[in-house]
Amino acid sequence: MLAIGDERYNFNVPNRERTFRLQALILRHLDWGEADRLITLYSREEGKRRAIAKGVRRLRSRKSGHLEPFSQVNLLLARGRDLPIITQVETIKPFSTLREDLHLISYASYLVELVDRFTIEEESNPDVYGLLLNCFDRLSKGAEAAFEVRYFELQFLNSIGFRPELTECVVCRERIQPQAQYFSFELGGVVCPNCKPKLPTAYSISLEMLKYLRHLQRSTYAEARKARIPPLVQVEMESLLGRYFTHLLERQLNTPQFIRSIKNMSQLTTDPDQDNP
Amino acid sequence: MPTPKPIQDVINAFSRLPGIGPKTAGRLAFFLLSAPDELAQDLANSIIALKTEVVTCPVCFNIMGRGQTSCDICQDEHRDRSLICVVEDAMDVLALERVGAYQGLYHVLQGVLSPIEGISPQDLRIEELLKRLQENEVREVIIATNPSMEGDATAMYLQQRLQPLGLRITRLARGLPVGSDLEYADPTTLVRALSGRQEMGVS
Ligand SMILES: [Zn+2]
Ligand SMILES: [Zn+2]
Repeated sequence: MLAIGDERYNFNVPNRERTFRLQALILRHLDWGEADRLITLYSREEGKRRAIAKGVRRLRSRKSGHLEPFSQVNLLLARGRDLPIITQVETIKPFSTLREDLHLISYASYLVELVDRFTIEEESNPDVYGLLLNCFDRLSKGAEAAFEVRYFELQFLNSIGFRPELTECVVCRERIQPQAQYFSFELGGVVCPNCKPKLPTAYSISLEMLKYLRHLQRSTYAEARKARIPPLVQVEMESLLGRYFTHLLERQLNTPQFIRSIKNMSQLTTDPDQDNP
Repeated sequence: MPTPKPIQDVINAFSRLPGIGPKTAGRLAFFLLSAPDELAQDLANSIIALKTEVVTCPVCFNIMGRGQTSCDICQDEHRDRSLICVVEDAMDVLALERVGAYQGLYHVLQGVLSPIEGISPQDLRIEELLKRLQENEVREVIIATNPSMEGDATAMYLQQRLQPLGLRITRLARGLPVGSDLEYADPTTLVRALSGRQEMGVS
């Protein structure tokens, strides 16, 4: 606490401006109080932040439609006692197509859940902002979702400091030879067959998938996009990366389960008498 | 001095309510402490009664009094039984009933799909709705989930699940909110207002 007379106490130079601007992607919202929403956003300037949007659940609110998840917006915020309050919002890209299809909602939600779980508030990371923005943009224009999500996952791991080691064995540091390998979630990388006995939990992976993982990890989007990843390799990759994220978080993500139930629905709708297990 | 346990317990309980942070919870707890005894007594009794006297209707999952076999709306013989309006929660039934323009039945989903919060179709009363539609003569289902990402996702999911049943499926119109200016409308609302536009007949 500062006392009057303290030389740091200066009325003329407020050390924090009352309002500030952010360019951000809306991650999620939660009903808050009577008609407000608590918005979680990922900003270009300050990373993840939470802010209150007042009265947006009222039909007359002019802000509500701009603050739906996945939208890219310019925000003017006022510092509140606790959380900042959104005073103005302007849409840059609404990405409304992402909210008009169940599969796209699930995939975009998965990206949002990854970003939300792996970042802490007010820690700026423009790479993460750019990755999420580009991925939303391409998904909204009809790019192949499975590929977009895998590319995002690998680039996201690079950006948040969990880049898996894919060229040398994480135990003996020998270069990986062209043969079937293992993956250690604990050590965050590939384990060669010689070192596998020392790591019983290492997970068997195919050489073909390893090649595609490396390709996605170190290529620009344009180069990576040229790869035609065989369906079986895609399944293996999705499973490996899913397990890696679960290991890093020490808990399950919510959206993969949701994605599975949406995929199962097509089978249900073809046979409506079938009971849901 | 640490907060005495009975006060801390009340603060913790209030903090679990939506929209109430620890500061508000503290203010409420100390207010109750200094208020007349009846206030706390009435509050406690009404909360207990809420949980013991109000149960959910086994047909539509709206709220009903303990001891009833189904809710007042399901029992009302003047209601159109061929019309079912699907809503997120019982509060929405109250809101629609206040308007008084709807004369059909309801189906309360008891939530809304949310991939991030981990709320999947099996967490909602969707299977119960399908069963109801198969066992009863229903000509139209009106989907009245909120115009939010979660409400839209739920509506899309229901539409895909209900389509094979071959009945009419509609959704509440979502044009420009009453009282708003075109210039302030967000792009999504504007597009919806355009695509959902109605013919203006010459009368
Ligand atoms: Zn090795
Ligand atoms: Zn009922």
